[in-house]
Amino acid sequence: MAATHALASGMGGMRTAGDLVARMQITRGMRLPQAKRYVAERLGCSVEDLSDPLVMHDIRRELGLGLIPVQDLTYPDEPGAIEAKFRIAEVLGIPVNSVACFRRHARL
Amino acid sequence: MAERIPTRLGDGSLVHMTRGEIEADLHDGTEAAARRAKVEPLGEDELDHLLDIFTSPARFSAVDIGHEVVLSIDGSGNRDINAPVLEQIVYQNHHGADIVEVWNSDYSYKAVKTVLSFQMQELKDTLLQTVVPVHYGAMPDLGRYSQPDGPAPNWSQLLPQGRIDEARAAQEEAMALLEADMWHTAEAAVATGADGLDFDTAAAAGDADFLATLHVTRRIRDAFPDFGVEIGMASEMVLGMHGQLEYEGVRLAGQWPLGQLRAVTAAGATIFGPAVNVNTTRSVAWNVARACTLVKPVTAEATIPVHMNAGMGVGGVPMTPYAPVDATSRVSRALVDILGLDGL
Repeated sequence: MAATHALASGMGGMRTAGDLVARMQITRGMRLPQAKRYVAERLGCSVEDLSDPLVMHDIRRELGLGLIPVQDLTYPDEPGAIEAKFRIAEVLGIPVNSVACFRRHARL
Repeated sequence: MAERIPTRLGDGSLVHMTRGEIEADLHDGTEAAARRAKVEPLGEDELDHLLDIFTSPARFSAVDIGHEVVLSIDGSGNRDINAPVLEQIVYQNHHGADIVEVWNSDYSYKAVKTVLSFQMQELKDTLLQTVVPVHYGAMPDLGRYSQPDGPAPNWSQLLPQGRIDEARAAQEEAMALLEADMWHTAEAAVATGADGLDFDTAAAAGDADFLATLHVTRRIRDAFPDFGVEIGMASEMVLGMHGQLEYEGVRLAGQWPLGQLRAVTAAGATIFGPAVNVNTTRSVAWNVARACTLVKPVTAEATIPVHMNAGMGVGGVPMTPYAPVDATSRVSRALVDILGLDGL
């Protein structure tokens, strides 16, 4: 069922900018149009680009926002998982709780 | 003889209906909701759009490019490979999830409290290995605190005996216990690094269940301003099992989605998830028209994101564990197109 919704109406998560728009909803309570505009402005792209996996692949790679390894492309030398969330917090200008915990535990 | 179009009933079974029969169901669905919740029925242009969606012979239906919404997938992971952290990564990498959720198989805050340290370890491991936001989720599930499962007297037994005051007191006793468990979990989830908490199927046990959820939400918002709280409802109307409970001067019993939104917003939640129950004997078209009618006032007024519940048996999705793709995709598109949702 989740896969059907993802194909029918979902932004696409890390394939695009769905997770970034979701963060603005979670941390700032922004409605969708406002959240999309905010993320697009921070990434320096258009709102339309946010749902385009080709455009977002390049933007995510350039800004270090995390990429999904696939058969044809892996990213061992790029930020991934918790590393990418450090960059997301900085680029979006919002606190990310797991990043704050990581900093605290690693005494950074 | 009119062409008969393959479509579905609310139980997921395949039926064949004429265009005229589907159109009649759409009108009947919206009028049924309007009468029941005292809201406006859908307009002709909206019904025409739904008719286009439900009379298409295509196997799959989807929103227009650029109209995609955020998916906060409660209960992400299937628990079918006994690797809950990996399943969240699968939902992130393979299912296009915008938000994932760590959860316990016994999906209730009362049960979670007994295994909290293990759940928080699973949450931490997930947070270290994922990029998308991670919620921790469970049901408030007030009924768990009544006898024989819990310490409070059982109000479902007291009410038929006419012992109304005792039933109300029992629910208030249970509320205090529920709020303590939810708060305990919230503090742990914040300390572990979660992005937010999901209070899923809120008000399943009625107005006291809902009020406890609102109390804890307010407490979280005051203590942790950046922490997300998603409140997803259990059903379309709050049952008045207590009947006298209010939040900020408004009675909770009998609240339809718009009233629920107002309470949830006042409590400080960041995402609201309205739920509309499915009638399994009516067509999916009828159910979707009815669901859209009940939730349309919500998206028109909301100041916080609205992620409508569109899982098994709610929002128009058929009541079956293997919801057919043709039906689910039509529901997904129809809800987003008609309601202007922020997510599902």
